[in-house]
Amino acid sequence: MVDPLTIPHHNGANGAVNGSQSKIAARVAAVDCNVYYGDKHALKNVSVSVPDRAVMAFIGPSGCGKSTFLRCFNRMNDTIVGCRVTGKITLDGEDVYDPKLDVVQLRQRVGMVFQKANPFPKSIYDNVSYGPRIHGLAADKAELDQIVETSLKKAGLWDEVKDRLKEAGTGLSGGQQQRLCIARAIAVGPEVILMDEPCSALDPIATARIEELIDELRLNYSIIIVTHSMQQAARVSQRTSFFHLGNMVEEGETQQIFMAPTDKRTQDYITGRIG
Amino acid sequence: MTDVTAEHAPERTAARSAFDAAAMAARVAKRRAAEWRFQAYGIAAISFGLFCVLMLFGVIISKGLPAFWQSAIQLDVALDPAVVDAAGARSHDDLMAADYESLIRAALYKKLGIAPEDAAKTALADDLVSSGADVDVRQLVLDNHAVIGTTQRIWLLTHDTVDAVLKGAIDRKVPESNRQIKDQQLAWVDQLVADGAIKSGFNWGLFTRGASSKPETAGLGVAAIGSFFMMLTVLLVAVPLGVAAAIYLEEFAPKNRWTDLIEVNISNLAAVPSIVFGLLGLAILINFVGLPRSASLVGGLVLALMTLPTVIIAARAAITAVPPSIRQAALGIGASKMQSIFHHVLPLAMPGILTGTIIGLAKALGETAPLLMIGMVAFVVDYPKTPMDPATALPVQIYMCRRRRSEALLSARPAPPWCCCCSCWR
Repeated sequence: MVDPLTIPHHNGANGAVNGSQSKIAARVAAVDCNVYYGDKHALKNVSVSVPDRAVMAFIGPSGCGKSTFLRCFNRMNDTIVGCRVTGKITLDGEDVYDPKLDVVQLRQRVGMVFQKANPFPKSIYDNVSYGPRIHGLAADKAELDQIVETSLKKAGLWDEVKDRLKEAGTGLSGGQQQRLCIARAIAVGPEVILMDEPCSALDPIATARIEELIDELRLNYSIIIVTHSMQQAARVSQRTSFFHLGNMVEEGETQQIFMAPTDKRTQDYITGRIG
Repeated sequence: MTDVTAEHAPERTAARSAFDAAAMAARVAKRRAAEWRFQAYGIAAISFGLFCVLMLFGVIISKGLPAFWQSAIQLDVALDPAVVDAAGARSHDDLMAADYESLIRAALYKKLGIAPEDAAKTALADDLVSSGADVDVRQLVLDNHAVIGTTQRIWLLTHDTVDAVLKGAIDRKVPESNRQIKDQQLAWVDQLVADGAIKSGFNWGLFTRGASSKPETAGLGVAAIGSFFMMLTVLLVAVPLGVAAAIYLEEFAPKNRWTDLIEVNISNLAAVPSIVFGLLGLAILINFVGLPRSASLVGGLVLALMTLPTVIIAARAAITAVPPSIRQAALGIGASKMQSIFHHVLPLAMPGILTGTIIGLAKALGETAPLLMIGMVAFVVDYPKTPMDPATALPVQIYMCRRRRSEALLSARPAPPWCCCCSCWR
């Protein structure tokens, strides 16, 4: 796979603030996205495009709107009462908020992993096979078994659980549960995976395993990860966006954001003066 | 920290800790005493409750236990074909109409050694066997035509006076003129008991028979079936409606004034007196819709209306208790809202819903007032075969039994012994 960082890129028309635009195809993109919780304007005019087969990190202090923006991509904000989203968000060029688009299909193509691991209170097998079953991805049990095995292998959990697939998913450790949730998300065959602070509730060793996993997954999926840890963003992502108080302050290649940020707010955040 | 403070520090800390130890020990003692007292109150309360429960059960069981036994008399009944089936055609109508009582009497006189012409003695002897015993003999003949012409040794129910004597409910020392049972009858009873011709057996009839004017042939069977049909109706009507309403209110309904009003109304309905639901059933189901009076379907519908608010409230609480992370996880992998509710939320909420259902059903099973209003106080003899047949219910049966016992006391007839298990107090 070609490393996206080596692809030549050129500056955008608006100069340094918006960062450099990568030449590789964007998978999901947002243009002038605004989110309101009732009267509160939570996200202001955010535009970003997420490249294919790469990891994009959203960083920023608490309450800056990163998770809100993340939830726009798979329309999970629809479940929040009083939440209003304006602007255009596209997946492969199709408008995500188009009334003709089925939100259930959208959520199959854009998977999500949450901050706290939330496996269903069912067996490990049923956790992973639930998605393919409801979307009709398997013709018979053998195919379903195959999908479960592949997903668990991709999530790096197969060796640990292959003998106890019928045991409850909630009986695993925290790190294993999060990997189970990742396996569940990739079992439905998404194109994009959204990860909302997936490692914040885990110990360093489990975190390291998940970061390894993200590195393997980015070869096939487009991943957006929201993280509080700048070190994690630096380690796993190829592109980074910095959010502050509902605005997207700076966006660009990870190395550039961390080594030579152009905006003062970004500089302050990275050096630890704010956030 | 300077040297000065360092020198004084040990003394000061020592003095402080000595003072603190005494005060702290006093505080600890006070706290422990308070905790012990609270525990003592709790244990006292539980003991008192248990004592009351044991008293209640003890009194009921001790008074009611005799009801489970019933005495029967063994007679050799000669099934004379001339009496049973004069026409010889073995037709059902003929067999139903035959005079089995005369056959029973003949067997009885033979057993006691009385001449059938002795009118005084035969009158007394007739009162020993239950007047409902002919039904049992008739059933024997109907089940097996081959017995006609043979002599069968059958156990037949005794009259309830005899039963009362054997259970010690009738005082033998009372002078004969004041007693239900006469000396001659007593002598016969004692004789038969000594011969082993009268025995007490387990009263299965208590569970299988219906209402009857004769105490010895009365039972709870009809009431039990009536209650069962009503509970079935409540289960089939109240639970699906209640759970569906709860799902709608929790998951789909917008939060505005109308839904608030609905919630308040449902909570209020749970507190409405049950007799008001009886009035509703009477006015709408019986008068307007025209359903048959005293049918278990009507009783079931009224009780279902009563149970509905309980089920809705319990189901809502159970559904709210499901953590939102499960819903988010389900929606996140592309389940539709309906799938997330039925595949994930409902199974997790099921224990709470079932608890609410059981509580509601248990309450409905014991309700009497609404059933009295819709007329389930009928005297029903035959088993209801469908919920549309007239029936009665267990709590209503207790009420009717108590009423008849009071009447029986006033008219100096012995009350059915099994009624003791319903009402132990005079």
